[in-house]
Amino acid sequence: MYKYDTYDRAMVDARVEEFRDQVRRRLEGHITEDQFKPLRLMNGLYLQLHAYMLRVAIPYGTLSSAQMRMLGDIADKYDRGYGHFTTRQNIQYNWIKLEDAPDILADLASVEMHAIQTSGNCIRNTTSDQYAGAAADEVVDPRPYAELIRQWSTFHPEFSFLPRKFKMAVIASDIDRAAMKLHDIGIQIVRNEAGEIGAAFYVGGGMGRTPMIAPLINGFVPIDQMITYSEACLRVYNRHGRRDNKYKARIKILVHELGKDEYTRQVEAEFAHLLSQNIEPPLAELERIKAMFADPPFEAGAPDELDRSDPDFALWVDNNCLAHKQPGYIAATISLKPVGGIPGDATGEQIRLMGDLAQQYSFDELRVTHAQNIVLPHVKKADLYALWQVLDANGLGTANLDLVGDIIACPGLDYCSLANARSIPVAQKISQRLAGKSQEIGELKLKISGCINACGHHHAGHIGILGVDRKGVENYQLLLGGSEAADTSLGTITGPGFDEDGIVEAVEKATQVYLSNKEGQERFLDTYRRIGMAPFKEALYG
Amino acid sequence: MAEVQFRFRDDEPVADPGVTVDAFGEQTNAAAVRLEPGDDARDLIPHLARLQLIEVNFPVFGDGRGYSAARILRESGYQGELRAVGDVLVDQLAYLRRCGFDAFAPEVPLDPADAANAFGRYAEVYQPTTDGRAPIWAKRHSGNNNG
Repeated sequence: MYKYDTYDRAMVDARVEEFRDQVRRRLEGHITEDQFKPLRLMNGLYLQLHAYMLRVAIPYGTLSSAQMRMLGDIADKYDRGYGHFTTRQNIQYNWIKLEDAPDILADLASVEMHAIQTSGNCIRNTTSDQYAGAAADEVVDPRPYAELIRQWSTFHPEFSFLPRKFKMAVIASDIDRAAMKLHDIGIQIVRNEAGEIGAAFYVGGGMGRTPMIAPLINGFVPIDQMITYSEACLRVYNRHGRRDNKYKARIKILVHELGKDEYTRQVEAEFAHLLSQNIEPPLAELERIKAMFADPPFEAGAPDELDRSDPDFALWVDNNCLAHKQPGYIAATISLKPVGGIPGDATGEQIRLMGDLAQQYSFDELRVTHAQNIVLPHVKKADLYALWQVLDANGLGTANLDLVGDIIACPGLDYCSLANARSIPVAQKISQRLAGKSQEIGELKLKISGCINACGHHHAGHIGILGVDRKGVENYQLLLGGSEAADTSLGTITGPGFDEDGIVEAVEKATQVYLSNKEGQERFLDTYRRIGMAPFKEALYG
Repeated sequence: MAEVQFRFRDDEPVADPGVTVDAFGEQTNAAAVRLEPGDDARDLIPHLARLQLIEVNFPVFGDGRGYSAARILRESGYQGELRAVGDVLVDQLAYLRRCGFDAFAPEVPLDPADAANAFGRYAEVYQPTTDGRAPIWAKRHSGNNNG
């Protein structure tokens, strides 16, 4: 894991003092709410329906046990005992007082954490593959590259007042577990035929009201030019991205309106200029970072067998665990989606427990996934049963990873001032309704957004649900056929929307159409892609 | 027109107000020009040698195009005064300074103590710009052959 040196620490400490000063000036009335808003936003503080919400950055979703325990303590000390893990691998707290925010940032800084650029029109926290460093299929561990981007993007003087927010993701395998092509910049670290490492740049993806899949603009940027190339991509966007309309201000609109080729041409011209400016960190810096992501001291020859005699445990292993690159180890996902629960929520106590378990069983490391779950990346198979028993006894043993109950949902109208409809109750009802059939239905990624901004990734759900306001009444549209994986696709709306009970009913019907048409090992998405929309429409509206 | 409140230069300020980019193209003797967010800073590159003052206007602080304009001008070798004018607020000062601005004429004058804090808050920086400050990575590897 990355460890701060005195420089990193000085930056975060200076930020805490700056924000303390900004809050003081606001509370004393020296600056208006309009002037304060971009400042608090750049520190992750939103004014929501009932209180302030604080979003804490978890760079590329990686946490130590001590950091996780601090997140649990903050939930108890400053919130109402809960933390909410988000689709951007962050955590947010929904019940924060403005005057407490500087102290929370100071607590976070004590464990090398911050809320820098978790909102605002700047480069946001960089996300990555939750199985980085554990997955057998990665070219390299993508996190050192994401850390390089974290440092470059932190307080970037030119890119702190962009037309709109800017999200980057870095992966290093062909299987995309981070929805990379749905980011403003998605980077896939690749190896070319000469064996050299480079970065493939996908630019202009995103969800929101105009979902777009990012086109590839450069298949191989040499790794010692990755930051310079990023700077070129951002500069073209900062200069030419639309600022006349908030809803057309993301880079995806610029890339779309210019066309991929013209955008690429401008980036390449800017890149050629910037190469003369010597802004790229030396490879020695990448090597310094990489050393901190070296493999933990795995036990050679650890037994590779699992005792599967407990059927509940065997089910959890099959659903929630991923093969590890190291024999004798496994990556275990803790589902934060108990049947009928609030997706991504955990109590302060559960958060601390997960921190403790990571210390005991996973070399002090945890990951947050964009599907709002937690991963213990390096668990010895011999310890897995003991780990599962503790998880199960504490409401953390739900065996539903990637099943219909593993729902992504935004906070919706229960918390968010932008929402048109509630997301959480819909997620809870669907989760309860289909719990008994989820094993039979198999992999089904269901994603719910409470408004068109798509924080719940509904466009990319095998089944997506979009909450809208229809003449003052919450109404839910159903989408089918989206995917955020390597086969990225955007869902299609089935037809007229449903009320709250109707959408639960509609999801169940869609799963029935799948089950009665399924061939062989097809997943819901495969069947949909083969048979098309018509049979689903017939069942829903016929 | 707003007064220059902060200036990090020793030379005499240019008295003339900056002309628009369009007018500048026609006035071959003008030494001062004013860039609006939609203007292309690169149009000035052929004329940088005779320019002594470039004002960059921020009609609203959230429009960040002026940051790129400033860096492009400095990266192209511009040595004259680069002045941020308009909706310039305390919390933007450090970013503006890093992008090459060396004079500030905020529409609403800033609290001098707050501004002094803002200019000096961050002892370290992660990115190199043309402001001459060594980025953290350069300091980390200063004794190193690769650095």
